[in-house]
Amino acid sequence: MEMIQELRLKREFKKVFNIRVIRGFLSIVMFVVLWQLVVFIKVPYLENLPYPKDVAAGAADAAGSRTYWFGWGISLVRIFVGFIMAQLIGIPLGLAMGISRTFKDFTFPVFEMLRPIPPIAWIPLAILFWPTRELSIYFLVFIGAFFIIVINVIQGVSNISVSLKWAASSLGARPKHIFWRILVPGSLPSIITGMTVGMGVTWNVLIAAEMIAGQGGLGRMTWEAYTNNNIPFIVVGMVSIGVAGYLCSTLVRWLGEKAMPWKKRF
Amino acid sequence: MVTGAQNHQGEILIKDVTKIYDPEGVHVVAMKDCSFDIAAGEFAVIVGPSGCGKTTLLNAIAGFDTITSGEIYLDGELISSRDRQIKPDVERMVVFQNGALFPWKTVMENVIYGPVVQKRMKKREAVDAAREMLHQVGLNGIEDKYPEELSSGVQRRVEILRALINKPKVVMLDEPFRGLDAVAKTVMHEFLMDIFCESPRTMFFITHDLDEAIFLGSKVIIMTTRPAQVKKIVHVDLPWPREHHVLGSKIYLDLKREVLEAVHEEAKKAFEAGEREMA
Amino acid sequence: MISRFKARVTDPQLLRALIGILVFVSLWYLFTAVLNLPRFRLIPNPVAVLKDWFSLTPASGRSIFTKVYYLDIAYSVGRTLTAFAAATILGVSLGLLMGWSRTFYDFTFPVVETLRPMPPLSWIPLAILILPGVEIAVVYITFIAAFFATVLNTLLGVFSIDKNYFLAARCLGSKPKDVFVNVIVPGSLPFIFTGLQIGMGISWMSLVAGEIIAGKQGLGYAIYEGYFLYQFEHVISYMFTLGILGYMSSAGIRAAGRKLMAWESRRRGA
Repeated sequence: MEMIQELRLKREFKKVFNIRVIRGFLSIVMFVVLWQLVVFIKVPYLENLPYPKDVAAGAADAAGSRTYWFGWGISLVRIFVGFIMAQLIGIPLGLAMGISRTFKDFTFPVFEMLRPIPPIAWIPLAILFWPTRELSIYFLVFIGAFFIIVINVIQGVSNISVSLKWAASSLGARPKHIFWRILVPGSLPSIITGMTVGMGVTWNVLIAAEMIAGQGGLGRMTWEAYTNNNIPFIVVGMVSIGVAGYLCSTLVRWLGEKAMPWKKRF
Repeated sequence: MVTGAQNHQGEILIKDVTKIYDPEGVHVVAMKDCSFDIAAGEFAVIVGPSGCGKTTLLNAIAGFDTITSGEIYLDGELISSRDRQIKPDVERMVVFQNGALFPWKTVMENVIYGPVVQKRMKKREAVDAAREMLHQVGLNGIEDKYPEELSSGVQRRVEILRALINKPKVVMLDEPFRGLDAVAKTVMHEFLMDIFCESPRTMFFITHDLDEAIFLGSKVIIMTTRPAQVKKIVHVDLPWPREHHVLGSKIYLDLKREVLEAVHEEAKKAFEAGEREMA
Repeated sequence: MISRFKARVTDPQLLRALIGILVFVSLWYLFTAVLNLPRFRLIPNPVAVLKDWFSLTPASGRSIFTKVYYLDIAYSVGRTLTAFAAATILGVSLGLLMGWSRTFYDFTFPVVETLRPMPPLSWIPLAILILPGVEIAVVYITFIAAFFATVLNTLLGVFSIDKNYFLAARCLGSKPKDVFVNVIVPGSLPFIFTGLQIGMGISWMSLVAGEIIAGKQGLGYAIYEGYFLYQFEHVISYMFTLGILGYMSSAGIRAAGRKLMAWESRRRGA
């Protein structure tokens, strides 16, 4: 039985003093040290980077400022409105295209023609079309997530094995049942993937839109830091955007796991 | 009668091997004090309920995983114990359950991979040797095909050739013919039988198929459920090379009855213990 | 021969595609030129766009007959390809190394994961400040975007390789270098190519943003300029040009993928 004790102790020890965790920690430390060094010895071009401690000071300032947190709020609202609209319209559209060959034949070519156009390129058009700036920003975020979710849903529906559908039919399921009980849950994994990827893209689009056209929001703030030559704050802005994006993606992923309890183990 | 291979190569001694898995504090004693021997050039078949540690032994001999205690010897050399674990090497080749032919290499590239990468043969030599082997077993014209273009039966045979071209001491096969239909299996058995009789080497063959076990093996080792130990060893005294009509003979049926009883007993125990299929 | 032609032309899928596109364009025309709906007032109608796009003397000075059009394309394509090539070479190499050596992975992954969530476009202010010249800044932003996507997909590709291939390679006497060349590289190719397509799409996105914010020439910049100069026709024709270029580059990658991964296309029918 001492063998088991030994195994247990080894495992506990490894959890804390895991060589891999140590290496990870070291790498972040090394990164910060390198950063400090590069600015200190004035490496060409990189000398203009702010010192790590200046960035930390800027971060402390930001955390205390109300405008900063308002910026968070504004950006988050824009993300959610655009993103949710994209899902509300995109998921049913994708399901329709995945289920009905005829419908797909009519709509997919137009869809595929518009898809490669980078969302940013829609900015002028969006501004022309929508009466308010805010609406045009929602629209741009929508465009970012829309094409991605539709493509993923189409793929998700086609991935559902034919045998599942046939099994359901032979067990006496009506089309409505097949739709809600088989197709929707079956395409859930792809829907979740589409949402996760879409969430990443929407942040990208939002930041650009805010820098170019927006009022308020984290992207705008970062841009204004640039025009005001407040370099440490540029970095603070960048990191905030990264954190915000990461939190949103994690939220989507967490929702995804909740929605698919059967995917737990494997 | 086919006996040991030349120079007593490939003798495996398994002594009191114990394997404990301890994932997240739920310690599982997969195997406890398991012992048996395999003589050089013997065709040993391991059968038993799922999760009974057959793969544990294969992994330890092959060098993929460790054991908790006990010893495994190959030709007198200690290859696995609590403190020592030998790394995978050509002398102990493995043929995997679901096939592990490199899908991105052609048949020829797969078969010559071993000798070329070990720098034992020049590429041209290896190609000639491989071509010869393929021809000998009747697999012509597939050299430049990719594995996915071929049927599972052909794929499996190519994989066995890929292993054998390296002239290993021990060949370990983990349910290699699982999933093939009964007709394809008879072809596989003949194939393996021919190869084994042609140049005998130690075989460590894991299977669930009892007919296969008795047909191919010189002895059948029946394992218990967890913690796995040797329940019974049945020696198969059928003449080599085995022919299919032997499947109807009295000796065969007696052997089968013996094996079946032992396996059935253990299977019931395993079921009652609520074992989850690990395969 | 004629019957094949007939079959082609009356192929239901093709017909439906054409009808779909026709409906889209007609609605567009309807809303802008005919009904002149309030929202759509400033948006040019399809006929005007086509006229401008294919005209010998376009009002905006940018049509398929003008040199400027191709100059814009050249700038944008040049930047995208440079950034994409750099991102592919560096990203795939990094991804493969991280997948191959656990030590390397442990040291690099935390830094990569911290930098990755930062939207590429948020790098713009910093890049403009630090890098010499606007051109490099624009290319850099495109590069960053494609780089992280490539690294991630390459890593996923390496991790997707069935463990048995590694075990088999080791049994057959491979040294770590052999495993890298014979298992890791070919095994992760499918994922790498998917990643490259994604990376290409991302590159175009970031490029256009970069051009709008900081560039001097190129399709993105011209779109924005057109908006400011009230020359909306070429805004739309340029949008479509971007779409076409984007599609062509993805198709190019797919074709390259099919060439390199001959074994995938020759699978036995299931």
